[in-house]
Amino acid sequence: MAMAALRREGRRFAPLISPRPITAFRSSPLAPTREAEGPIGVRYISTQVVRNRMKSVKNIQKITKAMKMVAASKLRAIQTKAENSRGLWQPFTALLGDTPSVDVKKNVIVTVSSDKGLCGGINSTSVKISKALHKLNSGPENETKYVILGEKAKAQLVRDSKKDIELIITELQKNPLSYTQVSVLADDILKNVEFDALRIVFNKFHSVVSFLPTVSTVLSPEIVEREAEAGGKLGDLDSYEIEGGETKGEILQNLTEFQFSCVMFNSVLENACSEQGARMSAMDSSSRNAGDMLDRLTLTYNRTRQASITTELIEIISGASALEG
Amino acid sequence: MLRRASGLLARPILAARARPFSTDLPAAQTADATFVEAWKKVIPNMDPPKTPLSFMQPRPPTPSSIPSKLTVNFVLPYASELATKEVDMVIVPATTGQMGVLPGHVATIAELKPGVLSVHEGNEVTKYFISSGFAFIHANSFADVIAVEAVPLDRIDASLVQKGLAEFTQKLSSATTDLEKAEAQIGIDVHSALNSTLTG
Repeated sequence: MAMAALRREGRRFAPLISPRPITAFRSSPLAPTREAEGPIGVRYISTQVVRNRMKSVKNIQKITKAMKMVAASKLRAIQTKAENSRGLWQPFTALLGDTPSVDVKKNVIVTVSSDKGLCGGINSTSVKISKALHKLNSGPENETKYVILGEKAKAQLVRDSKKDIELIITELQKNPLSYTQVSVLADDILKNVEFDALRIVFNKFHSVVSFLPTVSTVLSPEIVEREAEAGGKLGDLDSYEIEGGETKGEILQNLTEFQFSCVMFNSVLENACSEQGARMSAMDSSSRNAGDMLDRLTLTYNRTRQASITTELIEIISGASALEG
Repeated sequence: MLRRASGLLARPILAARARPFSTDLPAAQTADATFVEAWKKVIPNMDPPKTPLSFMQPRPPTPSSIPSKLTVNFVLPYASELATKEVDMVIVPATTGQMGVLPGHVATIAELKPGVLSVHEGNEVTKYFISSGFAFIHANSFADVIAVEAVPLDRIDASLVQKGLAEFTQKLSSATTDLEKAEAQIGIDVHSALNSTLTG
């Protein structure tokens, strides 16, 4: 009688247990559980797949945590440098003003981006802004060219704007960033690219979680003269006496070159800071996701394990009861 | 007496200028309106990028009377040596010679050669040897000095200066290309300026 009841229970358990684990697996995005064949008649559900997956997710979590720590330490190092360089561009803006809406024939957009990936969306933002600036400054007589710093922007811009790219510079951060390096770079750009206005697109480091896409404009000496004559923001440039140098033109030339290298230095540092900060938050959310995934997998694993134990028990017990009764 | 009165009137403005909080400063333009509008017309879906104007600490307008102090910003790529420091006088090494700047100096853009920058505040004088750069003097008695390198004078080693000078003179005599000649000449300029500051 008890055996009959157990048999009935067994029958009731069997349909309850066996389909449910399988559907539980199908609801989570896993491959269907393998039903391994042991000695004839014995079936047990394998936990191998789940275990493999758990191992790899745990490794990924460790890696992303380590990357976050590395990015945090790099950020600390470069943040002080970037904040110290913030005073560098302010005198130029105080003197020459900020004229992003200036209308010139030859625009050059300098896009600053990172070489390495896994840093969130900052490179895509810079590229989007560069393309938008290209569109904004397009006109019947205007031409817009790109100068690209960094692999990530190169990968994105080469796809559709290949003919507009003048210069590509990569491996900027191989050696720690210094003013000498950036001024050599700026010299390169100034020598090889003809421009009326240079627009530098970068991500300004506001805080560890917030990066503001920014565009700084540097005008060529001829355009500065033109704008000064036209009045407006540069109108009182003429009221400044010039000390040294032969002509005003020569001083303005040196001034714009110096301005470009200073602004480039600041923007490269800020972008590097933003890159490390974005990498920190990307890696942090990645480790958190990996942790969540691991929790879900652990539950699934335990369920599978318990189900296989229960199935075994049932089979043993029903087998025993069949023998006896 | 009239100057003192004008000085007293100027002081509240100076006091406001010294504090960098946004509530105290005069309302400044935080974005270029024409740029933002043009952007919105062409690219309506994206926010316009920020421009340096929004991060700039606004400068006060030219006061009607000459302020008593000169506000100096001395910046290097690696640090802001002096940030809105109020001093009595600065002497900058312009390419045309040493130039003294007092409050109320006419607006000037000066290119600098390697030399000594001295900052006079009351009785104390701080001297820095700077590599070249630029100095902007604005009409509102703000002076911006931007240099690439600056060292306080007590950090300069005289023997190294002599050695450097000899080395560059030798390089100039053995230079073949224009580039080498220019580099050697620059080296000589800097070292002889260093030499003259140490001795003279």
